[in-house]
Amino acid sequence: MDPARKRKIRLVVALAAAVFLAAALIYTSFSASTEASKPSQLEPGRSYEVTGKVVKGSITRDGDELRFRIRDRDGQESVPVSYTGLVPDPFRDGREVIVSGELKQGTLVAERDSLVTKCPSKFTKDKQSS
Amino acid sequence: MAGVGSACLVIGLLTALYAAGASLYGARSGRREWVASGRRAVYCLAALLVTAFAILEAAFLRSDFSYALVAEGSSTDTPGFYKVTAVWATQDGSLLLWSTLLALFSSAVLFLTRRSLREIAPYATAVLGAVAAFFLLLMVAWENPFDTLAVPPPEGAGLNPLLRHPAMMIHPPMLYTGYVGFSIPFAFAIGALITRRTGADWIRATRRFALVAWTFLGTGIMLGALWSYTELGWGGYWGWDPVENASLMPWLVGTAFLHSIMVQEKRGMLKVWNVSLICGTFALALLGTFLVRSGILESIHAFGASTIGVQFLVFISLVVALSAGLILLRLPDLRSRARLDSLLSREAFFLLNNLVLVGLCLVILWGTFFPLISEALTGKEASVGPPWFNRLTTPLALALVLLAGIGPVLTWRRVTAQSLLRVLRAPVLVTAVAVAALLAFTDAGQSVPSLAMFSFVAFVLSVVAQEFWRGATARRVMTGESWPRALARLTGRNRRRYGGYLTHAGIAVLFLGVAASSAFLEQRDVRLSPGDTIQVGAYTVTYREATAKLGGDDAGTGAPISLGAVLDVRKGDERFTLRPSRNYYSSNDPSLGAISRFFEGEATSEVDVRWGLRRDMWLAVRPDLASLEGPIREADRRFSDSPGDVQALVIAALAERYQNRPPPAAFRAIVSPLVAWIWIGGAIAVLGALVAAWPSPEARLRRVRSLYAARVGRELSRA
Repeated sequence: MDPARKRKIRLVVALAAAVFLAAALIYTSFSASTEASKPSQLEPGRSYEVTGKVVKGSITRDGDELRFRIRDRDGQESVPVSYTGLVPDPFRDGREVIVSGELKQGTLVAERDSLVTKCPSKFTKDKQSS
Repeated sequence: MAGVGSACLVIGLLTALYAAGASLYGARSGRREWVASGRRAVYCLAALLVTAFAILEAAFLRSDFSYALVAEGSSTDTPGFYKVTAVWATQDGSLLLWSTLLALFSSAVLFLTRRSLREIAPYATAVLGAVAAFFLLLMVAWENPFDTLAVPPPEGAGLNPLLRHPAMMIHPPMLYTGYVGFSIPFAFAIGALITRRTGADWIRATRRFALVAWTFLGTGIMLGALWSYTELGWGGYWGWDPVENASLMPWLVGTAFLHSIMVQEKRGMLKVWNVSLICGTFALALLGTFLVRSGILESIHAFGASTIGVQFLVFISLVVALSAGLILLRLPDLRSRARLDSLLSREAFFLLNNLVLVGLCLVILWGTFFPLISEALTGKEASVGPPWFNRLTTPLALALVLLAGIGPVLTWRRVTAQSLLRVLRAPVLVTAVAVAALLAFTDAGQSVPSLAMFSFVAFVLSVVAQEFWRGATARRVMTGESWPRALARLTGRNRRRYGGYLTHAGIAVLFLGVAASSAFLEQRDVRLSPGDTIQVGAYTVTYREATAKLGGDDAGTGAPISLGAVLDVRKGDERFTLRPSRNYYSSNDPSLGAISRFFEGEATSEVDVRWGLRRDMWLAVRPDLASLEGPIREADRRFSDSPGDVQALVIAALAERYQNRPPPAAFRAIVSPLVAWIWIGGAIAVLGALVAAWPSPEARLRRVRSLYAARVGRELSRA
């Protein structure tokens, strides 16, 4: 095979591999993603990553289960959450949290260990447990 | 003194601009004295910034709350070590650290190259001056670390408790040193492009800086992982958090750069690729600095909340656009003379390793910015989680480790199949035996990706061992040295090569730990009362008793209250005790009661780990304060106006109550196999990089000789 033709084949193979990888990247990321949402926007039967504030005085514990309500960052509408698993350190009344789960009979049933607390300080070099 | 600090920054800004301007003018007009003046301006800048940094550091040590920054990020009850390091836990202080390190590194490289690279160095000075000017402008105009408060508060807010961990305090300077270090080869690459001197000179002059930067960045990433493992209380070392990813990306591209410059040095190829890689590394380093500050990814709508996000974006875009434009403009000068002779050659495999590393970086970049991409394309805010990252990065990591084994045994230009077979025979045999043993004696077969990783790790280690053995044998035949001496001499005389092998071995060991601990981890989350027993893996864990400590937590972080647990762990004859605890830091929130503010502030897990080469036993506790809530409310009512010592007694009584009548506490117990090898592997990799970066005596001798020869030549021509 002459060198020029060989180079061309190599280029085509490399480009095809790159296109394939890019397509895989795009496809898997869109199909594996969870949608971010506010407590007031939830609909049953889909999984969401809900961002909101913990309603003051709503945190109760029932055995391993942690129950609390979260509300929109700038609203009053709230939804009850049932959560099991690790509770991150800065979890408190009024803090902004992210939790993943599905709406079942009016309650957000959270995935285990999905609770993330946003740090209230301005310069958050630290990350919370994920 | 704050005025002096501010003045240092303003004069520093002018000095940096002068350095850039003078060296550009000198290079354009050919007037060497202007170039020299620009270089000295950089030394001067370093002196100014070191002074400013020292002033700020002194203010933190004195707890001078008239500095807004000190009031924000420190307090009198912050322990001394953390006062020193609290400087870079603040946004403004970390910018000052960044620029100080940049000025120091720039001075070092300009001093070392003052008699060489006469064409490139002035432009590199200009680039470094411009970068320093950007950071100084940020501080002078928006984030002045020397802002003062008219009315200093009596007490500062204190250092964020999560950051009160030794690893976390060394981690930021390590990362910054890495980021800053990569700006040196970047500046010289730009200089080389402008002057069309696209040979390997700029690479030789800055290679060591790139390697040192790589080492520091890598160490910083490892320390961040260690902090996550021991401080965050979730038991993992890597969570694909945007901030973690931000530091990993420049490291990956920098790794690619360190490999591909060897191809340019040896074969004069991949010039476009090398300049692109170093520009990419620098842009990603800036992106890393920016991501930490902007908060753009944690909450997209908070964009602009940080005062300097936009400025950073503009600067990064400028860097990318200018370097891309310059590379395109110089494409004709970057054409290489040589061509790839064979796909079975070291350069071809280096290129392949580069593609994998850059691919890995692109995957992480895509995933990290996916929330923005998704919102731009679909209007919906969505994100990808750790499972997605794991799925896409696993095959690439496997390929990387395999290539780390094959690369070293290939020769430049081409390898014949016969010679390849000869060098690969022993390592492949060792790998096969290792896999057979794993399948026969362990349950490693349950996870295919892990088994693949184990076998590739065995392959890399045996290749590296074979290389050392072959080299040392050759030395022994020639010199009759003893084994240890032959190995030491071999490494000492060929530092780059054998240091590189050590790093490969270290990375392989690291991945051994990652593969084992991610696939074979056993974890339990339970609520236990004293006396309860659970089984985690092969361990029997019994909650013996609750503990309560006031003002003297085990980790020395200055926590007023520390509630914990003592657990007895047993596995066969092995018995030990673990004492995890949780530190409570008082809150300054005035809406809280006088007593409850001690319990309602920040709290951090102080996990306890039984470290082991075979497996770690990791334990975290979360005391349940529900039973104390009533008494705390009551105390709030009755003791809100009491003097401090009475309140301290009340808190002591509450802590004692917790210890004597402990409610069930939540525990997380993890048995994680081989996780210690992540840290050991990382340390080996760093050691290898240090060996490779250490100047060899021969090179120093050569440099001295050439300087001497130059002087003799000058004097002869004068005579």
